[in-house]
Amino acid sequence: MTINELDSMVYTRPDSLTEVSTHYCPGCTHGTAHRLIAEVIDEMGLKDRTIGVASVGCSVFAYNYFDTDFVQAPHGRAPAMATGVKRVYPDRMVFTYQGDGDLASIGMAEIVHAAARGENITVFFLNNTNYGMTGGQMAPTTLPGQVTTSSPNGRDVETQGYPIRTAEMLAKLDGASYVVRRSLHDPKNIRLAKKAIRTAIEVQMRGLGFSLVELLSICPTNWGKTPAEALQWLEEKMVTYYPIGDYKVHPAVAEMK
Amino acid sequence: MARELMKGNEAVAEAAVRAGLAAYFGYPITPQTESLEYLSRRMPELGRAFVQAESEVAAINMVYGAACTGHRVMTSSSGPGISLMQEGLSFIAGTELPMVLIDVQRGGPGLGNIAPSQADYNQIVKGGGHGDYHPIVLAPASVQESVDLTVLAFDLAEKYRSIVVVLSDGSIGQMMEPCELPPMQPLKTSFPDWAVSGAKGRERRFLTSINLNPAMQEEMNLRLMYRWQEVEANEVRYKEYYMDDAKFAVVGFGSTGRVALSAVRAARAEGIPVGLIRPITVSPFPSKILEELSKRVEGMLVLEMNAGQMLEDVLIATHGQVPVEFYGRMGGVCVLPEEALREIKRLVKGPLTTTGHPRDRWLNRIAKKN
Repeated sequence: MTINELDSMVYTRPDSLTEVSTHYCPGCTHGTAHRLIAEVIDEMGLKDRTIGVASVGCSVFAYNYFDTDFVQAPHGRAPAMATGVKRVYPDRMVFTYQGDGDLASIGMAEIVHAAARGENITVFFLNNTNYGMTGGQMAPTTLPGQVTTSSPNGRDVETQGYPIRTAEMLAKLDGASYVVRRSLHDPKNIRLAKKAIRTAIEVQMRGLGFSLVELLSICPTNWGKTPAEALQWLEEKMVTYYPIGDYKVHPAVAEMK
Repeated sequence: MARELMKGNEAVAEAAVRAGLAAYFGYPITPQTESLEYLSRRMPELGRAFVQAESEVAAINMVYGAACTGHRVMTSSSGPGISLMQEGLSFIAGTELPMVLIDVQRGGPGLGNIAPSQADYNQIVKGGGHGDYHPIVLAPASVQESVDLTVLAFDLAEKYRSIVVVLSDGSIGQMMEPCELPPMQPLKTSFPDWAVSGAKGRERRFLTSINLNPAMQEEMNLRLMYRWQEVEANEVRYKEYYMDDAKFAVVGFGSTGRVALSAVRAARAEGIPVGLIRPITVSPFPSKILEELSKRVEGMLVLEMNAGQMLEDVLIATHGQVPVEFYGRMGGVCVLPEEALREIKRLVKGPLTTTGHPRDRWLNRIAKKN
């Protein structure tokens, strides 16, 4: 590498992100996830063929940050809305961006059936174990014993049930082609997450069916932690309950590499 | 073009196909399921999109997604399914997207039954979802009219970026009648400048119904209301029968309007000077026509297969200028022509009054009889 080449290698904003500051809280990993997706869209040259579907929750305004066509779904309905877009435009890259309250609670039927249909869309599923936008209530992903504003004594599994391991559950469906879990808590895992995001979009662009990347994320504000503490909590508590891994890789996807 | 004998639900589905339907999303529910079944064969045959959704909630949101692309999209359902769709319908109204909904009404509330009813008038006409919006609502009284209004529905939806509902019922959906289908229109190839498609060679677009700034949301609300005024000014449709010399008027929509016509003809045969107003657009409601009428007839009779839902719109339109009576059947029971004729005779005989509420008089008559 020459000095001149090094000189031009600067850290720039991906073309697929707009030049605005986000409304996300300091330290929130939504920004990281947005950037990774935008980088992959840039690298694959899909910016002018992408239609994103935002959901309800903190990422409701995702359409302000991605510099691509976007629509915004009712709470939990993003996979259905993406189905409508994709069936009309099968050659576009259609992705949803959903949180855990949106996808794993109110939108459980829509995500399960989109996966079961093998709908050729890509889902980015941000799991931060609570409802962020409404102020940190218990979500289906809240860990046993975890304190939230609606489980003030810690989630009691006897009365409030158990967390849902979404990736593992959806992986059981024949229609799902690529279902993995990654984490955003350190540089190594962020790089692995980006690779999975790339694979998921490749799966869609090759017409191989439903792809989902669950991204373990932090919510420092509602967890009452500093960003650094939150990342540590993610690594210690969440990764234990929600192991990072590939839960479904269809043979056709495995061959793809 | 030759007339064909077709079942209402299938005729509507084929009419939509010929109107350029690009994508259909639906869920089985009696008495509309034949539309879904028909399109499950017909749409793939033409290389167009068809999905049997996992619920009406999903179906309306698939419609929402496809409507964002500006293509012609539709779903069909009945009472319980329409209730599930209200969230999506409100979002679609809030995003100002064109779409067509076929509502084949059945008896309710709750699971009710699968017999014909008009009890979803308020839900549909008054916009059952949250927030201020008005769908355009067309009420057919025959298979042929269902076909014609379905085609019109797509045009109006696009013209006003609006939800257009074809408010049918189980009798029209299930009945077979001869009808002439419209010519096959090609699928649209150009799309409006708000539609998403991937930002190729243009600025990106996004479609959303959220607006956290109340003042800006109010601007949007006002835009919808001004557009609705335009609809009210230009799109009121109704049919009148034997009204030229009528001293009494029957008002009924959809299949009840059709039954009323039989009764009006029978009354005319007996020399009773009665006519019929049948609103085609129950939203926008032909209020001005009824107001005019209230100045020249001696009495009005509203017939419905519900407890007097359109009746309220008639009362608002005529605001006490003319005596109004009401007769209805509910729960999936149809008004029969002889019942309608009996009610016309009761109206003509009097006594007529503009005090009290027609619904109370109707209920009191039933209570007395029992």
